[in-house]
Amino acid sequence: MAAHWSQELHQLLRQQNVRQVSFVPDAGHTALIRLCEADNELRAVRLTTEEEGVALAVGAWLGGDKSVLLMQSSGVGNCINMLSMLSVCQIPLAMLVTMRGDWAEFNPWQVPMGQAVKPVLEEMGVLVKRADREEDIAPLAEGALRIAYNTFRPAAVLIGQRLLGAKTFDN
Amino acid sequence: MLLADRGGLLVIAGLGAPAWDATDAGDHPLTFPLWGGMGGATAIGLGLALAQPDRRVLVLTGDGELLMGMGSLATVGVQRPRNLALVVLDNERYGETGMQPSHTAFGVDLAAAAKACGFSSSAMITSMDQIAALRDDIHRAEGPLFAQIKIAADKLPLILPPRDGTHLKNRFREALLGKAAYFGR
Repeated sequence: MAAHWSQELHQLLRQQNVRQVSFVPDAGHTALIRLCEADNELRAVRLTTEEEGVALAVGAWLGGDKSVLLMQSSGVGNCINMLSMLSVCQIPLAMLVTMRGDWAEFNPWQVPMGQAVKPVLEEMGVLVKRADREEDIAPLAEGALRIAYNTFRPAAVLIGQRLLGAKTFDN
Repeated sequence: MLLADRGGLLVIAGLGAPAWDATDAGDHPLTFPLWGGMGGATAIGLGLALAQPDRRVLVLTGDGELLMGMGSLATVGVQRPRNLALVVLDNERYGETGMQPSHTAFGVDLAAAAKACGFSSSAMITSMDQIAALRDDIHRAEGPLFAQIKIAADKLPLILPPRDGTHLKNRFREALLGKAAYFGR
């Protein structure tokens, strides 16, 4: 059986010398957050809102650390103004976004932001790729990390809701 | 005075008057003055403090800027970086937009909020006599420490830092990291 994609991502973060991983929890990121918290080489930083993670990345990079921001699609909306800093200062950041409001969504309140994630990020200067198959997640995340940290700009990978499994609220 | 004999101190200056004041104290490559990103100064300081645990980091910001990012007090309280100081220059006003009163003018107590969030010390400073001790604490005391300095709401001449964010970032990283700023992996 292939390694779960969260394990592949965790290995990738280590290989790429990522030192700070910030997050507002999402169900889709549960396993990766757990792996990062158990890893003494990574600093896992829980945020109260996703824009803190963008600002954290600015400070981390000023100090020489690579960072990655994990969030759900709704969190992208919380980041918009803070993303200005990345483009005006040419600061790299890789973002991994688990999607809601994307496929078979149950909660109507998730749909507007879910549908706006890609255009909003692109309008703010973030390079965006999307994974709809499990085997694509790690290669796309590696590409995002490389293009971000080699060319000094933000890059995001959206992880599709169909891949993650839609939340149903069934008991 | 706060920035006197700063040594290796790394400084993040929040947008508006704190950035102008930090520049008035002497433009310095290891000061990163913000022209935007309102609400982000504290989290920037946290990321820097975690990346550079052997250096002291000072976030110098305003009451309005911190009010926009108050959640970051809780985030700092969880990480507890020993090398981080957060100093708020509190004039109880949004100075850049016409001196409208901020929440602190109505009694919101940022020092109490910082203490409740787990900062190791939190002080309200109302006299110049307290500034020398605060300067020493920024360099030596175990953080994260917080100080809220009540200042007069005067309109002073603006001493502006450079505006080019890429320049500000590059000079900071070069001064801190040397060649690795450009060739690190």
